[in-house]
Amino acid sequence: MAVKNKKLNLKDKYQYLTRDMAWEPTYQKKEDIYPDESFEGIKIVDWSQWEDPFRLTMDAYWKYQAEKEKKLYAIFDAFAQNNGHQNITDARYVNALKLFLTGVSPLEHAAFQGYSKVGRQFSGAGARVACQMQAIDELRHSQTQQHAMSHYNKHFNGLHDAAHMHDRVWFLSVPKSFFDDARTAGPFEFLTAISFSFEYVLTNLLFVPFMSGAAYNNDMATVTFGFSAQSDEARHMTLGLEVIKFILEQHEDNVPIVQRWIDKWFWRGFRLLSLVSMMMDYMLPKKVMSWAEAWEVYYEQNGGALFKDLERYGIRPPKYEDVANEAKHHLSHQLWTTFYQYSQATNFHTWIPTEEEMDWMSEKYPDTFDKYYRPRYEFLAKEHAEGRRYYNNTLPQLCQVCQVPTLFTEKGDATKLSHRQIEHEGERYHFCSEACCDIFKDEPEKYVQAWLPVHQIYQGNCEGGDVETVVQNYYHINIGEDNFEYVGSPDHKRWQFIKGMAPQQKGDDQAEKTVQKPNAA
Amino acid sequence: MLKRAGPVTHKNNKVMIMSVNALYDYKFEPRDKVENFNGMQLVYVQWAGHLMFCAPFALLVKPDMSFRALIDDVLKPAVAAHPQSVKADFLEAQWELNGESFTPNADASLVDNGIDHKSMLVVTTPGLDGMFNTGY
Repeated sequence: MAVKNKKLNLKDKYQYLTRDMAWEPTYQKKEDIYPDESFEGIKIVDWSQWEDPFRLTMDAYWKYQAEKEKKLYAIFDAFAQNNGHQNITDARYVNALKLFLTGVSPLEHAAFQGYSKVGRQFSGAGARVACQMQAIDELRHSQTQQHAMSHYNKHFNGLHDAAHMHDRVWFLSVPKSFFDDARTAGPFEFLTAISFSFEYVLTNLLFVPFMSGAAYNNDMATVTFGFSAQSDEARHMTLGLEVIKFILEQHEDNVPIVQRWIDKWFWRGFRLLSLVSMMMDYMLPKKVMSWAEAWEVYYEQNGGALFKDLERYGIRPPKYEDVANEAKHHLSHQLWTTFYQYSQATNFHTWIPTEEEMDWMSEKYPDTFDKYYRPRYEFLAKEHAEGRRYYNNTLPQLCQVCQVPTLFTEKGDATKLSHRQIEHEGERYHFCSEACCDIFKDEPEKYVQAWLPVHQIYQGNCEGGDVETVVQNYYHINIGEDNFEYVGSPDHKRWQFIKGMAPQQKGDDQAEKTVQKPNAA
Repeated sequence: MLKRAGPVTHKNNKVMIMSVNALYDYKFEPRDKVENFNGMQLVYVQWAGHLMFCAPFALLVKPDMSFRALIDDVLKPAVAAHPQSVKADFLEAQWELNGESFTPNADASLVDNGIDHKSMLVVTTPGLDGMFNTGY
C-alpha cells in the first residue's frame, strides 16, 4: 500500500507515541495496574480530556536537549579554562552557590525520582508521558547544576560533599523534608505540590533570583545553566497549570481536596523559600531585587492573577497568604541573623552586611530595616570588633513540620516569636506557625516520625554529643574552613590574594586549595 | 487497598485531628518519645523579648534535675552573650509552662514541677525586655 505522507507531523507522532502506551487491558483490571490512582479521593472521569500542552515527542526532545547540552558544556569548559571564578563580584557570592548545591540541586534529583514514580501511576497515557519527560529534565538539571558549580569546588570551601550534607545537615532537612513529604504523598498530591504549587506558583522566586543573581555577579557557569534550564522550566510551569485545571474540571468533589493541598503546599513552599529570601538580600554582593519586591511581583501580582483565574473552579487563594505577604518585610533579616548565630554548623559563611548594603536595605525595607534590624547588625558588628563574634552555642527548637527553627515572628508584631504547640496521643509537638500546626493536624501520622536534626543529635544518632563532633564527623563540614564568619576565613584570604589585596597564604599553592577534595559532581 | 470515605476526626486536646489518607494502615511511632533520649528529656526555654536568640532553646536535661540547676547550669550559660543576662533574675521572673502561667519551685525537680518531656517554658523578666525597643 502506498503511503502518501511518509513523514508524520508532530501531532500525529504524539498520537502514535501515546496511543501505543494507552492500550485497554484485557486480562488485568485497570485498578490493579494503577493501584495508586484512586486512594487520594481524586475522581478522574475521562483521561482523554488531558491536553498535553507541548506534545513533545521523544525524538524531538532528545535532539533539542542534546543541542543545549553541547552549548552548555562548551561554556563550562571555557569558564574553567579562563579561571572564571576570578571574575565574580566577590567571594561572598560563592556562599549562595554552597546553599544552592546542598539545598536545591539534590531537590532536582528528588524531583527526578518523584516524577519517575508518578509517571508510572496514572492510567492516562498523556499524564504519564509528561511526567516521564519532566523526570528526565530534573535529572539533567541536577547533573548540570553540579557540573556548573564543580569548578568552584576547586577554589572555595564548603562545596565538597553536597549530597551527603543534604541528608544530614540541620538546615538542609528543611528542603529535604519538603520533598520527602511530597514524594510520600499520592500521585495527585505530588503533582499539586510540585508541578502546581512549586513549579507554577513559586518557582520564579527561586530561579529568577538565583539565575539573575548569577548574571549580576558575573558567574557565567551558573547563568548558562539557568538559560539551559529555562525552556524546561517553562514546560514544567505549563504542565503545573494544566494539571490543576484538569483535576478540577474532572469532578467537583476534587475541589476541596485540591484546595487543602494548595493551602498546605503554598505554605510549605513559602517556608522553604525563606532560605532564598536571605540569599537574595544578603548573599549576593550585587543585588538583583529585594525579597519583598520579588514576592510582590512573583507572588502577590502573578499569584493574585492566577487565583483569580482559578476562582471559577471554586478555588480560593491559599490560606495564610496574608501571613506570608506581611512577612516579606522581615523574612530575609530574620533568616540571616539566624544563620549568622549558627554559622559554626553551616557549610557556608555569614557576615555583617556592609554599610552600603545596609543603606540598600533601608531603602528596600523602609518600615522595618532601620527600626528592627539595623541596630542588631550594628550591635553584632561591635561585638565582633571587640573580639566577641556572636555564636549561639545552644541548639534551637525546630518546627515539627517545616523543620525551620521556630524563629519567625507573629504577623503584626515583630518583637513576638510565633509559636504553637499541641498534644497528640500523649506527645507534645511544637510549630513555627498556625499554618504548620494545621498541616500537622491534617496528617499527624506523617509528621510524628519527622527526623528533626536537633533531636537526633540529642538522641545520640549523629556520631557525637557535642556540636563540633557532629559538624566535623557527621556533617563532613571541615571546621575552620567551611564554617564560621566570612571575614578572615580561608575563602576570604584566598579571594584577597586573587585580587592582589593580600599576600599568598602559607601553604596555599597559587591561591588554590592545596588538597583536592572529592569533586562535587 | 485501604480506603477511607472521609476524614476521621476525633477530639484530642480539644483540637480536631484528621488522619492521613494512605494505601495501607499507616501508623508510625513518634520519633521523639522520651525513651529515645537515654534517660534524659527535652525542655524548650524561651526568654521572651530577647530575639538575639533566634528561637527557643532546645535543651537536653535530666528529668530529676532541680529547676534551680536548670537556671544556673543550663539557661544562664545559654543566654550569657546577651548584655541583659547579668541583670536577669530568672527565679524571680514570670514563667509560663506549656502556655499556662506557672510558679516554679526552684528546689524541686523538673518532673515534680510538672515540666515533662518536650515542655515549653517561656520566661519574662520585668524591666528587661531586650535591646533597641524591638525585643532583641
